[in-house]
Amino acid sequence: MSRSSLAMGLMFISPCLVGLLVFMLYPVAASFYFSFCDYMIFESPKFIGLDNYGELVHDPLFWTSLYNTLYYTVIAVPGGMLFAFLLALILNMRGRGMALYRTIFFLPSIIPIVASSVLWIWILNPQYGLVNMLLIRLGIPNPPGWLSDPAWSKPALILMSLWGVGGTLVIYLAALQDIPTQLYEAAELDGAHAWHKIRHITIPTASPVLFFTLIMGLITSLQYFSQAYVMTSGGPGNSTRFFAFYLFDNAFQYFRMGYASAMAWILFLVIVLLTFFVFRFTGKYVHYAGR
Amino acid sequence: MKQAVQKSVLAHVLLVVLSAVFILPFLWLVSSSLKPDAEIFREGLHLLPDRPTLSHYLKGIESYNFPHFLKNTAVICFLSVLGTLLSCSLAAYGFAMVNWRGRDISFYVLLATMMLPPQVTMVPVFMIFRELGWINTILPLVAPCFFGNAFYIFLLRQFYLSIPRDLIDAARIDGCHDFRIWANIVLPLSKPALATVGLFAFLYAWNDFLGPLIYLMDEDKYTLSLGLAMLRGQYVSDWGSLMAVSVLMVIPIIILFFFTQKTFIQGIKTTGLTG
Repeated sequence: MSRSSLAMGLMFISPCLVGLLVFMLYPVAASFYFSFCDYMIFESPKFIGLDNYGELVHDPLFWTSLYNTLYYTVIAVPGGMLFAFLLALILNMRGRGMALYRTIFFLPSIIPIVASSVLWIWILNPQYGLVNMLLIRLGIPNPPGWLSDPAWSKPALILMSLWGVGGTLVIYLAALQDIPTQLYEAAELDGAHAWHKIRHITIPTASPVLFFTLIMGLITSLQYFSQAYVMTSGGPGNSTRFFAFYLFDNAFQYFRMGYASAMAWILFLVIVLLTFFVFRFTGKYVHYAGR
Repeated sequence: MKQAVQKSVLAHVLLVVLSAVFILPFLWLVSSSLKPDAEIFREGLHLLPDRPTLSHYLKGIESYNFPHFLKNTAVICFLSVLGTLLSCSLAAYGFAMVNWRGRDISFYVLLATMMLPPQVTMVPVFMIFRELGWINTILPLVAPCFFGNAFYIFLLRQFYLSIPRDLIDAARIDGCHDFRIWANIVLPLSKPALATVGLFAFLYAWNDFLGPLIYLMDEDKYTLSLGLAMLRGQYVSDWGSLMAVSVLMVIPIIILFFFTQKTFIQGIKTTGLTG
């Protein structure tokens, strides 16, 4: 390893190195410091110790937003995984026409979030929307008010998220197609039924992928923001004021940069803790072939 | 045998029903954009318009500034893709093809940053751009793309590692400079990986909402996403036009998908990135 190859290596990664320093390492340090500061946007930061964190503990909206986010995450992530997995199983049963079905299930997941949000406000419209028109047609006389009802607003957003499971589906489908057919054939000879095959072959073999999508899903949904911003503006009655939404409000509506930074570090902490628990409690069920 | 046929028929029926459910929102979108207002606000299930009209599209294009938002978005997309491809392919070459002290540790630091939620860096990064006087310009949205992205660098590096080292070593022995190896050998060989990265970068820029929301103030700078969200706030009950603008915003993505389907599916399979 010569000096010239060090120079060469650094030259190639220099844009990325600058980016890492300016857009990552410095901001991480600064944000950590700001979280201990009273920092209104137009003034310079004043160190106030743990006051921001102390205020957060007594801020009811902080707890509401945390609750809303966990509610959404705990239902939407496993629910979406289950739905995508079932779709993948069904899709995997048929060879012909698979590409077409896959396209149909995948497309909603690449629609711009704002476009799908605006569409779903209209679909969920209590009086003229598609969902309630269908429910009435199916004989349900008083369908829910969805986004206009605090009790139904989060379930409505979860319902909408199921429309976007296409990316996860594509990952699962690829995993299912990688499972050697000999495994199933051997199990059939031993008299295994469909459920046994899924339980003892499909799920263990696909477990690394399930694990990966669980972690990614958790991280993404803890940052849930845009849909709520466009569709409900946090309402009704703060029932869709999610954590990242309230953080955004503090930073860019009230310009409380220190308070917002403290929230960001709590968000990071929640992500780290949840990831840790998932590793701890599901790690032993994840099966890696060849290990 | 009979059981297998039954199962296949059952799977087929389930698939038809489920795909109908997935298509219905698209159908509702297009149909609402073509319905005159009188039909939009009519109770009961009417999937198709009785008297289709293009008036909402004309309104969306003429008075809702759609072409202008489209132009702004296209500029941001172009610069994002350009910057991402350039910076990430250079960095990936540095991490995959050149041996240098501290390379692996730098790479792991880079990977570790992917764990960090963007909310943590959001405030200080905003303050940097504010100091630079870049608020209300597209620079905060495109400039970071020229400075690498951990995820795309990882993806390209994996691909570069699969290129035979003999090829690179032979070129070096012939006195070929590393930049020429990158430009003339590695880039042409990595077209599929570059296509995946370019596609994801484009899609991200086209769909991004939080970035434009934070940095763009004047309406004439808005992107499609921000513009549509603003229209939704201003014209709360003009559903026909909102749907028409949404259709116009979705169509390019669908066309893009049909032309790049393989790249798309392959990219998602290998990276696990979901939309």
